[in-house]
Amino acid sequence: MMSKALSGKEIENLLKGEFKSSIESAGEDFIYIQNNESECIKIFTFLKDSKKFDLLNSVTSVDFIDHFCVVYRLTSITQNETAVIKIRCGEGRDNPTVSSVCSVWRGAELQEREIYDLMGILFTGHPNMKRLLLWENFEGHPLRKDFVS
Amino acid sequence: MGIKDDRELNLPLYSTTSDLDLEEGTVINNMKINNTQELPSDDLTSNADLKKSAFVTSIDFLLNWARKSSIFPAQFGLACCAFEMIASAASRFDLARFGAERFSASPRQADLMIVAGTVTWKMAPAIRTMYDQMSDPKWVISMGVCATSGGPYYDSYSVVPGVNKIVPVDIYVPGCPPRPDALLYGLMQLHEKIKRYSIKGKSAGNDV
Repeated sequence: MMSKALSGKEIENLLKGEFKSSIESAGEDFIYIQNNESECIKIFTFLKDSKKFDLLNSVTSVDFIDHFCVVYRLTSITQNETAVIKIRCGEGRDNPTVSSVCSVWRGAELQEREIYDLMGILFTGHPNMKRLLLWENFEGHPLRKDFVS
Repeated sequence: MGIKDDRELNLPLYSTTSDLDLEEGTVINNMKINNTQELPSDDLTSNADLKKSAFVTSIDFLLNWARKSSIFPAQFGLACCAFEMIASAASRFDLARFGAERFSASPRQADLMIVAGTVTWKMAPAIRTMYDQMSDPKWVISMGVCATSGGPYYDSYSVVPGVNKIVPVDIYVPGCPPRPDALLYGLMQLHEKIKRYSIKGKSAGNDV
């Protein structure tokens, strides 16, 4: 059976009790949470432990030109539900930073390294934050919109 | 790009490998800057004009026949072309009919390198090392458009625009990926090439 994708409202309701102040906005099928390093980890730990979102499908990132955005896709295998959480990495293109979720889902490690490699978003608290696919001393981050080879 | 240098964070796992990574990165960057010219492969047209005695030609014939009849390819594949290479080695196409059935697990026992697939700059130093480790005489087949010219990834930031920038290539096999028949035809062309070597001329695979 296909798993049910939670709407933005439903995800908001999950987090409303404890983390009302951390919710930035709710979209059609995702929510934005605020880029606050300690608060983010608390929210993800809460989702994993209390709301049974035990699987992190993927971590990806988007270049919106005026800002970067990190997208987390979560699945609860026991409840057969999926949720999409987004974090805006500040305004502007300089020093985009979010906190790493490696301590919550270990599977995020390589995906976060790939994002750092190709998009240049730094994950604080990551155990081994270095390039994954490209080599050291490579100039720039190729998946950024302003990258010219 | 305004990114904070991750070395400033001084994380434990990073600090143990950073020197090695930096060394690897420097080698790759140097290769990317310096290897822009195509390396020429052996030009055998002049060998026909050499004044050969009957003795030399019969030695040549014997030597070249021995070499062409038992080519040992080095066993490595880089991308999807590797599957076609494997298929040509398997029973349906049977590379063994051309004396090349023994895929060598070590480059030191190989004399043919089939570059099967996309060559990235990160892989380039390893390929050059493998080529250097092969014993003379040695030949290279560039299999597929990726290895030949970069193919669809031409102009990419991470793909070598033709493996002939890294090692001298003898035979180019076009296709994406080439069918096993095409690889076999390439091997037969290589046989024709090997037949034209002479002990009085240039030996195969010497660095240029």
